Amino acid sequence: MTRVGRNAFGIALALSSVCAVAAGQEEESWIIQNARIHTLAEGAEPIESGSILIRDGRIVEIGEDVTAPAGAAVIDAAGMDVYPGMMDSVSQLGLTEIGAISATVDTVELGEMNPHLRAATAIHPSSEHLPVARANGITHAVVAPGRLGGFGGGGAGISGQASIVHLDGWTVEEMDINASAGMVLTWPTLSTRSFNLATFSMDRRSFREAKEEYDRQVAELGEVLDAARRYAAAGEAGARERDIRLAALGPVVGGEMPLLILAQGEREIRGAVEFTKEQGVKMILLGGSEAWKVKELLVEHGIPVILGPTQRLPGEEDEAYDQPFTTPGELHDAGVTVAFATFGSSNSRLLPYEAGHAVGYGLPQEAAIRAITVVPAQLFGLAEDFGTLEEGKVANLIVVNGDPLEIRTEVEHVFVNGVPVSLDNRHQSLYERYRARPHPER
Amino acid sequence: MRHTKLFLAAVLLGAPLTFSQDTVIRGGTVLTVTGGTLSPGEVLIRDGKIAEVGTSVTVPDGAEVIDATGMFVMPGIVDAHSHIAAESINEGSVAVSSMTGTGDVVDPYDVNIYRELAGGVTTSNILHGSANPIGGLNVVIKHRWGADAAGLVLEGAPPGIKFALGENPKRSRGMPAGVERRYPATRMGVQDVIRQAFIEAEAYRQEFADYEAAQARGERVLPPRRDMKLEPLVEVLEGTRLVHAHCYRQDEILQLLRVAEEFGVRIATLQHVLEGYKVANEIAAHGAGASTFSDWWAYKVEAYDAIPHNAALMTERGILVSINSDSAEEARHLNQEAAKTVKWGGMSEEEALKMITINPAIQLGIGDRIGSLEAGKDADLAIFDRHPLSTYAVNQMTFVDGEMLFSRERDQAMRETMAAERAELEEKLSEADAERGPGRRGPREGVRR
Repeated sequence: MTRVGRNAFGIALALSSVCAVAAGQEEESWIIQNARIHTLAEGAEPIESGSILIRDGRIVEIGEDVTAPAGAAVIDAAGMDVYPGMMDSVSQLGLTEIGAISATVDTVELGEMNPHLRAATAIHPSSEHLPVARANGITHAVVAPGRLGGFGGGGAGISGQASIVHLDGWTVEEMDINASAGMVLTWPTLSTRSFNLATFSMDRRSFREAKEEYDRQVAELGEVLDAARRYAAAGEAGARERDIRLAALGPVVGGEMPLLILAQGEREIRGAVEFTKEQGVKMILLGGSEAWKVKELLVEHGIPVILGPTQRLPGEEDEAYDQPFTTPGELHDAGVTVAFATFGSSNSRLLPYEAGHAVGYGLPQEAAIRAITVVPAQLFGLAEDFGTLEEGKVANLIVVNGDPLEIRTEVEHVFVNGVPVSLDNRHQSLYERYRARPHPER
Repeated sequence: MRHTKLFLAAVLLGAPLTFSQDTVIRGGTVLTVTGGTLSPGEVLIRDGKIAEVGTSVTVPDGAEVIDATGMFVMPGIVDAHSHIAAESINEGSVAVSSMTGTGDVVDPYDVNIYRELAGGVTTSNILHGSANPIGGLNVVIKHRWGADAAGLVLEGAPPGIKFALGENPKRSRGMPAGVERRYPATRMGVQDVIRQAFIEAEAYRQEFADYEAAQARGERVLPPRRDMKLEPLVEVLEGTRLVHAHCYRQDEILQLLRVAEEFGVRIATLQHVLEGYKVANEIAAHGAGASTFSDWWAYKVEAYDAIPHNAALMTERGILVSINSDSAEEARHLNQEAAKTVKWGGMSEEEALKMITINPAIQLGIGDRIGSLEAGKDADLAIFDRHPLSTYAVNQMTFVDGEMLFSRERDQAMRETMAAERAELEEKLSEADAERGPGRRGPREGVRR
């Protein structure tokens, strides 16, 4: 099928779904037939030629023999592969449109202690970035506030709650999967160098000064969590004034919400692990450039890692040239739970290639696929509804013409929240418009 | 083993290696890029050049034979837009900085030369930055890791110069406190600066023409004073210096093409050229090449209409297109970036590979020497363990001028040596600390900070 034809089909499907929902036809259903189905269910082999029946947003039947109900829209996926939709475990989708224009950027609030802020508040459902990511098979994503390793550094503190959303919906409420999925904490950096934006140069300070500031920041974080515990206890005793900052930290100190701790260096990772153990709170490590140096520690404490982009430079001049590429495989071999994330927005569509790049350097292909589907769903407590293709799960899935981690593979159909979505986006429409520009007279 | 050590020592010392030994690569698939795919294919390397390419080449007595069974041999990757191996790249204090050049500040110790070599890159165009409408001169280097600054420079590559349009030269993002504003501040001003510079260069050229004419008439006249800012621009007017112009939006692209045409200048390459697909007819008519990113977008307003189909659309309209990195990181996987033109825009695999090999080589004026696997060309090549357009492909060896300057196996072996050396140094450091006593670590006495 040609690209244009396929898109026309995609749009037609999307329109039909929209009509169905608008008319409240609950029985609207789709059946994907003749596909090789990679269910990713524990221990299951792919179904070589099978069908998936989707109704009311869920997978209702999956297997080799599924009877198409009358009226179900049929998608013939002969020669194609079906996978669970991909999940970007940390992104800024919807929070930023044009990086250089601050009016379009809602990633970083002022202040160092903002646990009460939620990403979902500022996710722009009309962002052009969403359909671009979606068209390459990203069906849902964690959207995290904060300066996630961006220019300028610094910014230690709690930047707010990460939200998980479907990458489709008329409103952010329709996109919602879990608006309060984790608390984002940028761990203080023990660095003697910092970039000064006013002078555009590096400022230096002594190690002792840096260490004192670091210790103070860590102590303050501990004090805030202690305060949140006292606040919760006071609430149980029935006496307290409302403090939405401390209230927001209740699920963290209660052990229900993970701290998503962004830390890159070995020293910082060790510090964060020690802190969370002392505090008795759940931790997911974000970034983890030097996680390969503390594999045993991460295994010992059962701390999973959402790795920053695989395609980055080594942190040190004398680090192996391929360290960022081999890190995912090394962690996996050691028994660390690994997920991938883009930490971005415009580049969220590159998620499968961040995972794929690690395959050449030792990460098993299946582990790479799982690290952008099942694993993130498990990490965020969504495994009952997301991550695999099984009966009863939310139908977030992709139909592709090959291995989704290979760049040359094309995404043919995408289902988000149980309906096929258009693969059209800003790029595709600009492409088609200018491709149709008349050629000059020859 | 002893041989390897000597070889490494020679490389590290930057000593020129004389290779009397011939090398044959056999058993793999050879992606010549210009002459089809040979599977199996063989390459004979002699005296730094490709002596033969074919399904079966001569295997001279004593030749070193590299078994590439199951692997893919391709030309070394050429990056038409890089800023590695330079101590500094932006002389942005003036609107025209053509008196400066990256060739004066080549840093042969930049580890990115090696890191990119590991990604299969063998030639890079080291450009001045984009802080001003007319920037400094560029230098084309080969990734001869171990050579000194002069040794990195690709001898005989046509000289070039950086131009820049749009948001960067007009400094739209503001400058730190205390830095004075500098003309231009709009795209109108950018065009004006370029036109004024060409006018000055024409006048300067005329001064010399008049001087030479007077001399020819036997008059005793003083030569005009040399102007290092205008000399390169005269070369641009003469067509002997390539213009590599940073640009994004379609309006600024056209504005540059028109002002260049006004002075009879052909722009060699439009760099980034993210909206090139909108004015592809005009770029093709002008005859400029286009060197673009694979898929970056939305980081600034002028990148909001960037599309990953740009390279393919421009190619379809007859423009010579390359995919560049502009980044020491991106350069490490340009093979993957090329694959994106297959996905977005439907390029053939060969067209995709051309965009990181022969096309940028032609754009830099060295297409007769590098960029494809052909007899007579420099033996710059990379050997991947899978088809290089695969996400999973890992480069195993890179040759520059016939020398294997990267080998994954050798690199991995070297790590143990380096780790041992590091441990030894750290031990000495702690011994020294112990001798000095607690809290005494610091600079040696007499060392000024």
